[in-house]
Amino acid sequence: MGYPHPIHSSETPVLSTHFGVHEARTYAGWVARGGYEALRKALTMTPEQIVDEVKASGLRGRGGAGFPTGLKWSFMPKDDGKPHYLCCNADESEPGTFKDREILRWTPHALIEGCAIGALAIRAEVSYIYIRGEYTEPYHILQAAVDEAYAAGALGPNALGSGKRLEVFVHRGAGAYICGEETALMNSLEGRRGNPRIKPPFPAVSGLFGQPTTINNVETLAAVPHILNRGAAWYAGLCLGNPKSTGTKLISVCGHVQRPGTYEITMGLPMRELIYDACGGMLPGRTLKAVIPGGSSVPIMTPAEVDACVTDYEGIAAQGSLLGSGGMIVMDDSTDIVYQIMRLARFYAHESCAQCTNCREGTGWTTRILERIVRGEGKASDLDLLMDLAENMTGKTICVLSDSCATPVVSGIQKFRADFEAYLSGARAPALVGV
Amino acid sequence: MTVHETESHEPVFVGETLARLEALAPRYPTRMALLLPALWMVQEARGWVSDGAIHEVAALLELTPAYVRGVITFYTMYHTHPVGRHFIQVCTTSPCNLCGAEDVARALLEHTGCGELGTTSPDGRFTVMEVECLGACGFATPLIIDDDFIEGVTAAGVPAVLARYT
Amino acid sequence: MSTELLTVTIDGVPVQVAKGTPMIEAAKMAGIIVPHYCYHPSLPSPAVCRMCLVQVEKMPKLVPACVTPVADGQVIHVHSPEAIKAREGVLEFLLINHPLDCPICDQAGECELQDFVFQGGRANSRYTEPKRYNPVEDFGPDILYVANRCILCTRCVRFMENVAEQPVLNVSERGDRAFIGIDESQRLDHPWAGNVVDLCPVGSLISKDFLHKARAWDLDGTASVCTGCTQGCNITIDTRDDIVVRLRPRPNLEVNRHFICDTGRADYRWMNRGDRAEAPLIREGATLRATGWDAAVARLSALVRDVTGPVVLLSGGRASCEALGWTARLLGEKQLTAAMQVPLGSEEPIGSIPDLALRAERSANLEGARMLGLAGDWDAAVRAAGAAGLVVVLDVHLSDADAVTVAGAQLLVQLTTVADPRLTNAELILPITSVVESQGVLVNRDRRAQRVLPARPAPGMARAAWWVAAEAWAASAPGREAPATASQAFQALEAFGGLSHTDLGFSGRTVGSSPAGVAR
Repeated sequence: MGYPHPIHSSETPVLSTHFGVHEARTYAGWVARGGYEALRKALTMTPEQIVDEVKASGLRGRGGAGFPTGLKWSFMPKDDGKPHYLCCNADESEPGTFKDREILRWTPHALIEGCAIGALAIRAEVSYIYIRGEYTEPYHILQAAVDEAYAAGALGPNALGSGKRLEVFVHRGAGAYICGEETALMNSLEGRRGNPRIKPPFPAVSGLFGQPTTINNVETLAAVPHILNRGAAWYAGLCLGNPKSTGTKLISVCGHVQRPGTYEITMGLPMRELIYDACGGMLPGRTLKAVIPGGSSVPIMTPAEVDACVTDYEGIAAQGSLLGSGGMIVMDDSTDIVYQIMRLARFYAHESCAQCTNCREGTGWTTRILERIVRGEGKASDLDLLMDLAENMTGKTICVLSDSCATPVVSGIQKFRADFEAYLSGARAPALVGV
Repeated sequence: MTVHETESHEPVFVGETLARLEALAPRYPTRMALLLPALWMVQEARGWVSDGAIHEVAALLELTPAYVRGVITFYTMYHTHPVGRHFIQVCTTSPCNLCGAEDVARALLEHTGCGELGTTSPDGRFTVMEVECLGACGFATPLIIDDDFIEGVTAAGVPAVLARYT
Repeated sequence: MSTELLTVTIDGVPVQVAKGTPMIEAAKMAGIIVPHYCYHPSLPSPAVCRMCLVQVEKMPKLVPACVTPVADGQVIHVHSPEAIKAREGVLEFLLINHPLDCPICDQAGECELQDFVFQGGRANSRYTEPKRYNPVEDFGPDILYVANRCILCTRCVRFMENVAEQPVLNVSERGDRAFIGIDESQRLDHPWAGNVVDLCPVGSLISKDFLHKARAWDLDGTASVCTGCTQGCNITIDTRDDIVVRLRPRPNLEVNRHFICDTGRADYRWMNRGDRAEAPLIREGATLRATGWDAAVARLSALVRDVTGPVVLLSGGRASCEALGWTARLLGEKQLTAAMQVPLGSEEPIGSIPDLALRAERSANLEGARMLGLAGDWDAAVRAAGAAGLVVVLDVHLSDADAVTVAGAQLLVQLTTVADPRLTNAELILPITSVVESQGVLVNRDRRAQRVLPARPAPGMARAAWWVAAEAWAASAPGREAPATASQAFQALEAFGGLSHTDLGFSGRTVGSSPAGVAR
C-alpha cells in the first residue's frame, strides 16, 4: 500500500499488505496472518529446492543491482565445512529510498522469516541484519520482533522444532551511507571502517569474517516467504512489462507529489500511472520537471522519458536510467535543479570512504565547483570541467560511490544544461549555499 | 609504543553494562565485531565517547586506541565531544531539501539558540547537526532528537517539537 | 607461488611469469614500471590509489595492476590512451589538495608524486578552489607528519598494522577530510617505525633527523650493510659532500626485505668522526712520531717476526673478513688467541616477518670472525693480553676495564680508525679506514657474505686494515706477494671457498653451511 496512504487501485499489495497494522508487528499477530508457514515449509525442503523455487520466481535483488536472487544463492559452496553467513542489508540510505524502513517497522517478522529461509537456502545457521544507525524506531521494533521469535522458538538452536539452528542477530550501523555497499557492510559488521573491499574475492567465496557469505536486501528477503507460500509461478506471473522483471516492487516516492509514500506495484506499471494516479500527481499549479527514479545514484529523467517509461528494470534502462533501489525523487518546475545536483554531490563527498583517490578528491572537487556555480561565481569552462571530472570518476574505483556522484552531474548537465547556463550567465540570481 | 596516562575515566563496562556487552560476544567469531555495539553502549551511558572510553573499549576488545579512533571517526553518529542534553539531527539531503529542509534547519538553529550547526546552545540544552539522508524522504523533513525519530517537521512546527525536550 | 609459467604481453613485450604474479610485477619483468602509490611489494595491497590502472584487452574496465594476477595470453597496455588519461586524472586529483611546497620539502627529488606528475601529469591544474589545510603533527621520536602533503596511500598504516603488528596509526575521518591519525596517548616509537618515512611516497612522513639536511639531488648513495648487529640488513649510505647524512634500507628479500630498524638507521654519526687517526705513528723512545707507510709496515713486520710469547688479536664487530683474515695471517705463525667484541642489547623483532630482528649480538661480522676461527672468548682473550708477547687491537673500542688490562701488554699495536688515548703506550698506531671507507665483506648470522663499498674517502693516510696486514705479511718473508685489491684479499681466504667480491654481487651469497640453530 502507498503507506501512509490507503491502497490505490494501481498497486498490488503483497509485502505492504500489513503496513500500518500495529498488530502485524507482533509474533502472534504475524502468525495469525499466515506468518512462519513459509519457514515451516522451507524446513522440509532441501537447500536446492528452495534455491530452485526462488530462481523460478524470477526474484531479483531489490537493493539496486537487480541480480537474480536464486542465482546468487546458488554461488554458495556446498560441503566446504566452513560456516556460512547470511547478511541482510538494512542499511537503507540511498537518498530517496525509504521502502525498507516500512518493512522493518511494520512487518519485521516477514524479514526475520525471509532471513531464516535464506539461511536455509545457503546452508547458513547465522543471519545478521545490519540496520543503519539512524533507524532508531525500526531498530527497536525489529529487535523486539527478533526477541519474540526466539521466545516462541521460531529461532534458536531448534527452530520451529526442526532440530535446525537458525540465529538472527540485529547489528546497528552508526552513520555511514557507504555501509550499504555489501563489502563495506561486512567490514563495518566486523568492527572496521566501512571501506568497500576489492572484488574478487566475492562474498560467496570470502565474505563476512572471511567465510562464504550471501548478502540480500530487506525487500528481497521479505518477498521470499510469499514466494514459498504462493509458489514461484504466481510470483513470476506478476509482470506487466519485461518477463525478466517479475513480482512486485516497493517504490518509495518523495519530493513534489501530492501523496509521497511507499507504493507497491507490479513490475512494469507505467511510471506515469504511478506518479500521476497513485501518488496524486503534481502539487497544485505545478508541472513535472525531472524524476530520479531509483535512488540518487541513477541518471535523472526528463518528463518525456517519464511519460514513455514502464517501471521495471528493463523499462527504466530503456529510458536511460535505472530502477536501482526504487527510491523515486520527483521534482516539479519550482525546483532549482542545479542546487539539488550540488546538494547530491555534497552528499557523496560527505559519504566517500576516502580510500580511492578519484572518489575522495573528485567528489569534493565536484561539490566545490557546483557550489561556486550556485554562488554565481561559475565560469564558462566549468561544465566541461565537471564532465571531464565525471569521466575520471566513473569506472575507476573499488566501488561505485564515485560513479554515483558523477551520474546526476552528467545527466543533469546533459538534460538541463540551460539551468546551469542561467547561473553561469548571470540570468539566474546567485543562491546561498547551505544552511 | 609509549602509552601515557589519560584523564581519569570512570569505566563504562562494569556490572550490568559489561554483562550486556559480553552477552553479545557469542554472536560473533571475533571480539573486534563488538566494537560498534560497545561504542553504542558508551554513548548510551555517557552521551559521548571520551578519550578515556576509547582506551577502555580498546583494552576490552584487544585493539589499539588508534584503531578505535579510526573507526569512530568513520561513522557520523558517535560523538567524540560532549553535546547538548538533546542531540538533534536534521536531514537536508536533496529529497528533503526539495521540501524545505534547509528552512527547518535554520528554524532549529534559531529556536534552539545554537546559532550555528554543530554547536551547543548556551543553555546546554541542544546541539543541532545537519545530516545526510535519514531514509524517510517521503516524510520530509525528518529529525532525530536523541533516540526519537520525528517525521514531517516544517519550519513553522519547530517550536512545538522543541517544546517536548527540556 | 606455483612454478607454472604464463605468457603475457605488456606494452608489446612478451614475458613469462609464474602463475599468480600480479600484473605490476609482471610489468617490471618486462622492464615497464606501472606508476603506483599504495602498492608496495612488502605490504598487502589495498588498490586504493588507482594509479596502477591498466588496460587489458577483452576486459571492459581498466584494472588495478597491483592486485590483479596475470592470466595466460593476456595482452596488457600500461600506456594505452585510456590508461594514460586515467593516470593523468588520478594525478590531478592527488594534486588538488597537495601544497606544491616542493622547494621546502625534504622529499623533493626523490618524490614519487613529483616523478609521476613530471612523467604523466597535466601541465596545469584546473583546480581553483581553496586547498585543505591541516597542521603538522609530531608522531614520534624521529617522525613528523605533514598532513597537507599526504596522499592517503596508507602504506604507513599498513606497515604498522601488518608488518610491525602495532597499529598505532589509522585513517581518521572520511572523504577529502581524511588524514593519518595517531592516538594522542601513543607514539610512533616501535623499534622499526622509521620505515614509514621510507615507505611514504611523498614528503608527508619525514625524519626529524634528516629534516632540511640535504636535497635529494645533492646526495650520493652507496650500497652497504648495516653494522649494528648480526642481522646484516642491506642499506644505502647517503652522503653529501662526503658527510654521511642518512642511512636507508636497501631491498634484499633474503635479509631485510625493504626495512631497517631505527637503531641501525640512527647509527651513522661515528662514520663522520673528525678525530680520526690520519698518519701512522711509530714509537721512538718515549714518543710517537708520525711516519710514512713504508716505515710503519716495516716496523710492524719486524715486530711480528721478533715477538716471543703468545699473540692476542682483539677485534671490533665492524672488522671485515679481509681485515680479520689478513691480520690473522700476519700473526698466524705465532700462538694466537683471537676474539671479537660482541656488545649485547635487547632483541627487537620487526613483527610479522620471520628471521628479521635487531639482534641481541650487536656485532656485524661475528659470523665472519667465527668462520675464520677468530671469535674466541672475549674475556679470556683480554686476560691473555696482559701476559702476551704482542697484542693487536683491530678497530675496537674497549671498555675502561679492558683498556687497563690491554694497556699492560708487553707490546701493543693499534690498527684503528681513532687512536685510543688509553693505549698510548702502543708501539704502533696505524690509521685504518672504517667499514664505510673501504671495500670488504661482512658475514651475517645466516652466513650470508655481503659486500660493503666505500661511501666516503679515507681520511689522511688511512688504509684498509687488510692492506696494512698483508703488506707486513709480504715484507716478513721473501717470495710473498700481497693482494692488490680487496676482492683478491677476500678470494685468498680459504674459509670462503675462493669467492670473489663479484661472486657476491650486491645482495650477497650464503657461504659454508648455516650454523646450528639457524634455519634457512
